Amino acid sequence: MKSTFPLIFLFILASAASAQVTISGKLKDNKGRPLPGATVSIKDSYDGGLVDSLGNFKFTTSEKGEHLLVASNMGYKGFEEKIVIGSENITRDISLKEEISELKAVTVISGSFAAGDTKRAATVLNSIDVATVGGGNADITAAVKTLPGAQQVGEQEGLFVRGGAGYETKQFIDGTLVNNPYNTSVPDIASRGRFSPFLFKGTVFSTGGYSALYGEALSSALILESIDFPERSAANLSLSPIIVGAGFQQLADNKKSSWGVNYNYVNLIAYFNIVKQKPDYFKMPEFHSGDANFRFRTKRGGMVKYYTTFSKSTLGLRREDIDSTDLKDAFGLDNINWYNNLSWRENLGKGWKMNIGSGYSTNTDKLSQELQDRNKTQQYFPDRPWATGKNFSIHNRQDLSQLKAVFEKRLFGISAIRFGSEYMYFYNSSNYNNLQSTLKEHFYSVFAETDIYVTNDLAAKIGGRFERSSIIDKSNFAPRISFAYKVGEGAQVSAAYGIFYQKPENQQLIFTQNLDYTKATHYILTYQKSTNDRIFRAEAYYKKYDDLVKTVPVTSSYGTYNNNGTGYAKGIEFFWRDKKSIKNFDYWISYSYLDTKRDYLNYTGLLRPNFATPHTASFVMKRFFLDMKTGFNFTYTFATGRPYYNFIYTNIGNKYSIADQGKTKQFHNLGFSMNYVPSAGKINPKVFWVLVASVTNVLGYEPVYGYNYSWNGMNKQPITNTAPRFYFIGAFFSWGVDRTQDAINNNL
Amino acid sequence: MKKLITIMLLLASLSGFTQSERFFAAMQKNLKMFDSSKTTADYQALSAAFERIGDAEKTQWLPYYYAGLALATAGWADQNLNKDDNATKIKALCDKADAIGKSSEIFEIRNMAATQQMMVDPQSRYMTYGAEAGSALTKGMEIDPKNPRLYYLQGMSVFNTPEAFGGGKAKAKPIFEKSVALFKAAEVKPLYPKWGQKQAEDMLAQCQ
Repeated sequence: MKSTFPLIFLFILASAASAQVTISGKLKDNKGRPLPGATVSIKDSYDGGLVDSLGNFKFTTSEKGEHLLVASNMGYKGFEEKIVIGSENITRDISLKEEISELKAVTVISGSFAAGDTKRAATVLNSIDVATVGGGNADITAAVKTLPGAQQVGEQEGLFVRGGAGYETKQFIDGTLVNNPYNTSVPDIASRGRFSPFLFKGTVFSTGGYSALYGEALSSALILESIDFPERSAANLSLSPIIVGAGFQQLADNKKSSWGVNYNYVNLIAYFNIVKQKPDYFKMPEFHSGDANFRFRTKRGGMVKYYTTFSKSTLGLRREDIDSTDLKDAFGLDNINWYNNLSWRENLGKGWKMNIGSGYSTNTDKLSQELQDRNKTQQYFPDRPWATGKNFSIHNRQDLSQLKAVFEKRLFGISAIRFGSEYMYFYNSSNYNNLQSTLKEHFYSVFAETDIYVTNDLAAKIGGRFERSSIIDKSNFAPRISFAYKVGEGAQVSAAYGIFYQKPENQQLIFTQNLDYTKATHYILTYQKSTNDRIFRAEAYYKKYDDLVKTVPVTSSYGTYNNNGTGYAKGIEFFWRDKKSIKNFDYWISYSYLDTKRDYLNYTGLLRPNFATPHTASFVMKRFFLDMKTGFNFTYTFATGRPYYNFIYTNIGNKYSIADQGKTKQFHNLGFSMNYVPSAGKINPKVFWVLVASVTNVLGYEPVYGYNYSWNGMNKQPITNTAPRFYFIGAFFSWGVDRTQDAINNNL
Repeated sequence: MKKLITIMLLLASLSGFTQSERFFAAMQKNLKMFDSSKTTADYQALSAAFERIGDAEKTQWLPYYYAGLALATAGWADQNLNKDDNATKIKALCDKADAIGKSSEIFEIRNMAATQQMMVDPQSRYMTYGAEAGSALTKGMEIDPKNPRLYYLQGMSVFNTPEAFGGGKAKAKPIFEKSVALFKAAEVKPLYPKWGQKQAEDMLAQCQ
């Protein structure tokens, strides 16, 4: 049968061949570059051809008379031209215009590391990446600290970015500010972030020059976008010597709504009995935390999400008192935190989009300290200046209620304008040894920004932000501008400029509200080249600080504040990530050079701050062995020493002076983790479980983050880790209720 | 002579269908070119030729199916082809076909496109593209539980998954058996896809 078919074709073709006409020419884009693979054809006929690598096309047609010659190529505007086909061959040159499209257009990336599952340019870290940073213990901050721009500050929580203090970085979830992103910490011990990386689909770590939608952060913004729906319904269980947790999530059959609840209990008693800690824990760290969420898709395709988490923690520890040989400081902490976030995003039609975020959080800390003797009885030395302030009881509460609305309107092409407003009400109550102070703050802002795409190769983001703080009774206006220019396939140069304001911290506002905003001006220049599996990035910046808060001493034990501080930071950073060169091996290298000085608080002049060091480098490696179903992850971090100072108050001249200063030794840390995933490679397994083991500071190197000084300055003690290493082992189970696989099996 | 009469009868019966002779001839001519195509450029040209037929006819999904199949064939053979770009084109062709009429055959092509995207980096992509490839098969089977090619593709996916991850010969065998059985029972319609029987039988032999 096969052999007889050609007979018929020959007949049909032969009858057509006599009247064929050749249509040929060149097809290029508006810059004269050939577009291989573009198609040229006669509309509504079968006749046409493809453009070759030199931009030529040629095909024959048997059509006659008036027709439309059409050409098309992905990402280009279509072309149509009337032609009349007679008996003569036809030659036509065609030029196609590029369409400005979200897929091809350059996006402004200066200052920000976009991470997550967004397909747009700079994908750096997703939630699995965060969870598998060796020694990072699935803490978002620990993973972000392996990116350029962040300092390796180990004795307190927070992201210290480009010469900025920890409080200069703010965290935002679904657009709204998080008031207490970290667990309340004990002096000299960093605490973990409150939020699990698996809550988020996208993370943007902005090291400067960020959008006008965000404010009140001088240095950096960590912008977290929560997931829409879980992938499936599942029950979860976590088991480890220090943590027990259980949870359930339900995804509706139509995948348009979901809800979930989780509970975790952490107790370090068993762990601290095996792994000795330097402090003497008289109350073992214990955390209860529960969270709940619901999410649903609206009729118009919008999304409503609610997330709440409640946690209660307690701990107590005793450390040597620095001013005496046989006294101890016994520090206790009780914390209650409740966080709520409700957001609604909606497509309003006609190019309009809306994003509304609201939140309420309340945080209560009860901190107490006693000076104790060997028999653990409280001691008072009212006449000794070194003992002042060593017996205290603090009861703090911070509440934040907020509402933020952002509207977006599509303009020409893919250009858009966004604008909106936010209102925040902060209530802070502080009780120090029965001395009560309350701060109430109404904070308003109005902002607008526009994304302008001139061509696919040139984009600009221009915005501004107006803020008003009731507590200092001051307003400000902060302009933000950035540009990006595509310089090649996957490569771009971008630049950003912006002014950033942040109001003084609460502990300063308690003493005086006669203060102004602190201010930072950012200038950033970035080059980035990225392909699917590799990314190289170099960034240079200059940041100028103005109006930083300075301490003005009144007496040796009392002071007030003004805005006479200044400072600067400049530096250059490199980042390289490669998932391609070695199969199943993923690594990234970050290097940051930082030159910064500031005169703030009780500093005696422009000094390199005690949280900043010139050179920081991280090397993160991850290798998954498919046959062993096990991943091994190492993270090595290096930083040069940090300066430390002992500032003392002198009566003469009523000022501070430096009694002692120096530089700490270098910082090295090798973190390791492994994860055994028995269900690796299975799609929708019924039971998914992971066994995780990790060690921080594998080499046992003892870091020194700075020094604590005795009252008289004669005794100094290094601030270091509470134990050389932290070990973790745990198993995480998930029983899925996905029926996709069953459906296939039933058909067999 | 007997053969020629059969052909004539076949052609006569075809002309009774909505498919014009011209469409039939052009499709047959291009289908022949599947055998002579060797390079990626050949397959892209073939795909474009099928797409032109589809664009001109407006009511036939088969040209788009073959346009997608041509690109998917190039995708299997050419290691240097950008699988994401190729898959984007394939899925766009599938969308055009779906707009005309839902057929289980289209999901074969969707499965291939997603599988090829997954193979770029199976470890980080199996969650997305692996799931997409799997759900394409499920959807196809919902439309036509007797499409042998969907079972052949499912068998290939199981066959190529290491035993440790729930794949392997033993698990693939019953799927190929089902595929072969369905092939034997399937009726062959002119111009409709008929590839896969030999491949499925070869794979079943490998599973023994």
